[in-house]
Amino acid sequence: MDQQRSDHALGQNRTAVERKSDRELVVTRMFDAPPHIVFKAWSQADLFRRWWVPKSATGVSLVACDMDVRTGGKYRLEFGAGGSDTMAFYGKYLDVVPDERIVWTNDEGDEGAVTTVTFEEKGGKTLLTFHEIYPSKKALEEALAGSAAGLPEQLDQLEALLSTTTV
Amino acid sequence: MVQYSPSLDLSFAALSDATRRGVLEQLGRADASITSLAEKFHMTLTGMKKHVAVLERAGLVMTEKVGRVRTCKLGEWSLDAEADWIESHRKHFEARFDALDKVIIELNQEEKNGSAKE
Repeated sequence: MDQQRSDHALGQNRTAVERKSDRELVVTRMFDAPPHIVFKAWSQADLFRRWWVPKSATGVSLVACDMDVRTGGKYRLEFGAGGSDTMAFYGKYLDVVPDERIVWTNDEGDEGAVTTVTFEEKGGKTLLTFHEIYPSKKALEEALAGSAAGLPEQLDQLEALLSTTTV
Repeated sequence: MVQYSPSLDLSFAALSDATRRGVLEQLGRADASITSLAEKFHMTLTGMKKHVAVLERAGLVMTEKVGRVRTCKLGEWSLDAEADWIESHRKHFEARFDALDKVIIELNQEEKNGSAKE
């Protein structure tokens, strides 16, 4: 694990995140393979499910993965944490250009982002750009806060604790 | 993780009040003068000044006086929280893309082996 991390620190394959505007987040990363390979890993369910939920995400796994990656097609991902309860994420593909671009909606909530992933050839490698645009600033911030491991929960617990005492 | 500054106790004491949480939420949308905050929360100017002072001590809010108007905006602590959100988002994607990298290396190798046989 540590070895992997230092390899990445030495290489140029670093994952970068940038908040482009109030409503937009962009993640970029280089992959050492041509775009059609990266597109394949993204568009075939049996390959996609091998990486979308990395093992380090504690206890969560992808229990179902249906995807019809073509313009107008739909997807549905179901996550589980060992018990019988699952959480579903779904939406449809607005635009798919093989080896170049996939655009999809995130329809599980009222304020889901529209996500665009592009695969650009850079001298035999692929620059992957993962762009999310949210309907509002608040929706983006809620999504970001949700991915900040534990922080919102910690604050909620603390608030609950503090509300029982007077300051 | 988040750099809590100046101290945890001050931050959490500041967050324990509903009005002060409301003020933070409001300032998250736009900077505001103490007068407009007092109006929005139906309080006296003196009452709002006290709340803002508590938030300011905790580093949650910064104030700046321009002419006769004191404007409030989110403080460093809040900016740190955002930087932390971005960083955990990045880590999340990095773990995901490291896993994708493995799949891609494998596919790339398969394809090279395939074309070598042809």
